[in-house]
Amino acid sequence: MENPKPYERGDLNFKATELRLGLPGSEEVKREATSSVRNNKRASPDMAEEGGYKGGSNANNAPTAKAQVVGWPPIRSYRKNSFATKKNEAEISGIFMKVSMDGAPYLRKIDLKVYKGYSDLLKALENMFKLTIGEYSEREGYKGSEYAPTYEDKDGDWMLVGDVPWDMFMSSCKRLRIMKGSEAKGLACGV
Amino acid sequence: MREDRPPPPPSRGGAYSPPPPDQVLENVLEHVLQFLTFRRDRNAAALVCRSWHRAEALTRSELFIGNCYAVAPRRAMERFRRATAVTIKGKPRFADFNLMPPDWGANFTPWVTSMAQCYRALEKLCLKRMFVTDEDLELLASFPSFRELVLICCDGFGTSGLAVVASKCRKLRVLDLIEDEVTDDEIDWISCFPEGETCLESLIFDCVECPIYFEALERLVARSPSLKKLKLNRYVSIVQLYRLMIRAPQLTHLGTGSFSPSEIVAQGDQEPDYSSAFDACRSLVCLSGFREIVPDYLPAIYPVCANLTSLNFYGEACFLCLQVLDTVRDAGLQAVGATCKDLRELRVFPIDAREDSEAPVSDVGLLAISEGCRKLQSILYFCQRMTNAAVIAMSENCPELVVFRLCIMGRHLPDHVTREPMDEGFGAIVKNCKKLTRLATSGLLTDRAFSYIGQYGKLVRTLSVAFAGDSDTGLKYVLEGCPRLQKLEIRDSPFGDSALRSGLYRYYNMRFLWMSSCRLTRRGCKEIAQQMPHLVVEMINGEEEEVKEDYVDTLYMYRSLDGPRADAPSFVTIL
Repeated sequence: MENPKPYERGDLNFKATELRLGLPGSEEVKREATSSVRNNKRASPDMAEEGGYKGGSNANNAPTAKAQVVGWPPIRSYRKNSFATKKNEAEISGIFMKVSMDGAPYLRKIDLKVYKGYSDLLKALENMFKLTIGEYSEREGYKGSEYAPTYEDKDGDWMLVGDVPWDMFMSSCKRLRIMKGSEAKGLACGV
Repeated sequence: MREDRPPPPPSRGGAYSPPPPDQVLENVLEHVLQFLTFRRDRNAAALVCRSWHRAEALTRSELFIGNCYAVAPRRAMERFRRATAVTIKGKPRFADFNLMPPDWGANFTPWVTSMAQCYRALEKLCLKRMFVTDEDLELLASFPSFRELVLICCDGFGTSGLAVVASKCRKLRVLDLIEDEVTDDEIDWISCFPEGETCLESLIFDCVECPIYFEALERLVARSPSLKKLKLNRYVSIVQLYRLMIRAPQLTHLGTGSFSPSEIVAQGDQEPDYSSAFDACRSLVCLSGFREIVPDYLPAIYPVCANLTSLNFYGEACFLCLQVLDTVRDAGLQAVGATCKDLRELRVFPIDAREDSEAPVSDVGLLAISEGCRKLQSILYFCQRMTNAAVIAMSENCPELVVFRLCIMGRHLPDHVTREPMDEGFGAIVKNCKKLTRLATSGLLTDRAFSYIGQYGKLVRTLSVAFAGDSDTGLKYVLEGCPRLQKLEIRDSPFGDSALRSGLYRYYNMRFLWMSSCRLTRRGCKEIAQQMPHLVVEMINGEEEEVKEDYVDTLYMYRSLDGPRADAPSFVTIL
């Protein structure tokens, strides 16, 4: 009987404090690796794996495999399917974004997944709020337009929309705010 | 049975002659027996003597067939000639989880064919795990008084069958489709309800995976003043839900559909005031749905996050039953425990139903529920981590529990704190919850857990076991100790022929026994079949072609009055 490592017990909250070099959004990969390790160390009684009887069908004899056993967990397939579909479509969390605009009384909500890239998104924002945002330039941000789209990222920093690659933006954006151009000037640091 | 009674004596010249005593008794009996509603009372009354048997048969209006193969349709309908409500159950429950090939049986057609002759006045029908075709539905729709159709975990039909029911059943009050597999025949069945006011009281279709024409649904709800139960499918967005709710504030049961904005809506208008819509539905007692939950919207229902007290209209939450996804997290369950003091039934489903997923609910949530919802009667709880302490706490805090179904999704998982088996937790449940009739186990369990069940589970009628136990002794404890056991379903547990034999004298008193991927041999099953002529012993082979070792894939055995069925497919061997 192996002693489970502290990070498997979860009580040290190892994952939350660990330092990683990976880009934001690469957590998914790490999590999977951890859970498969956990599978290896899970205390599984010998009976399930010995040749004595076959549990379910196919690949459940190897305790290390992450292969799913037929009919387990006991959920009706229609429930599983609809969630699975959604999960495949929406692999990144936080797809629904609140969008606020300075001076507008209401919040809107958009689904980032719908847009193929920044130009798509900006066009949609322009239509939604009936304004022009203009072109993004790395050095000068949205110079020349009255408004600039900004977003709050996972670390709580306000960034200019367009500063980072689209995929990184999708996974790190928490909400959007369309600022008055003058306020946004300070964000155009072009790092 | 015979219908004849002694003929009345001829009257003499106008003098009043009272009917003979037998007939008086029978008349009185029939009047009295009409008040008996519980099935078990009726069954007991029917055993008193012939005349009671006859009278009971004539007065039974609700016919319950627990296993469609236990009795032939004709026989049942000829005994109970005046039944107007029928419930039939077909496949065993593990068929829901792909543990049985799809065309195993449980066909509704022979039943509806007999009903067309014997039960033309049929009003209500409830089918569970039956194979129902569109033609069957069409035939049903032709019954003039038909008004309630409930289909649970059924398959074989599509939206075209639903369209016929909607359009032809003029008196339809209830159309409940619960966890069925409905094929999309691309017919907008909602539009098939006739114009004008309907008498619809319940419309449940959350399982129907077909888009619907929302405007037709909205008009239908608007012209259904008696509608109390409405459960929408995931093609209804949260904004559409809002529109329906404001049209139907009298709802008591609500299934919220996707509970997320559809793409079209999200890019448009101002957010409707969801919390006030929920607030307006003052009679809501049952809430379910959230098929494509966007956690951001949960605050409209109850405070999930601490900073949303402004939407705390659940100060006086009076939910009786609640069905949620585990995305609510332990914190959400703590909120439920704090506010839903009258909760009777709770179901927590996993959004990610894989064995090794990161389930966001655990023993913490279970404990919170047990502390807050003291009147809890039924719980179904999926999680990844559990402790004996939390389960024991629930057994002590919730003495009213009748149904306890805990699914720790990782197989053979012990208490995640003490690393011990979950024996003590389940033991406490059977010991302390004196009204418990249904139990589903999970996690690492030794034979000891079964000894507890056998010792204390005296009222248990339904027991589900998976990946548990050490030896035959475990099963023996249960078969010998639980006198009320009716339905026993076991998978992937090391129980063999010796254990099977030990329950021989029990099997006529049970509805069925299911054992799959255990250690039964063909010989052991054959022995049972030979000794118990009124048991139908089915060996069901799994999907694989190759010859397996001596162990039987699946044993499904049940009592029957009419012998082995004639419609068994090739992969079923009836011993």
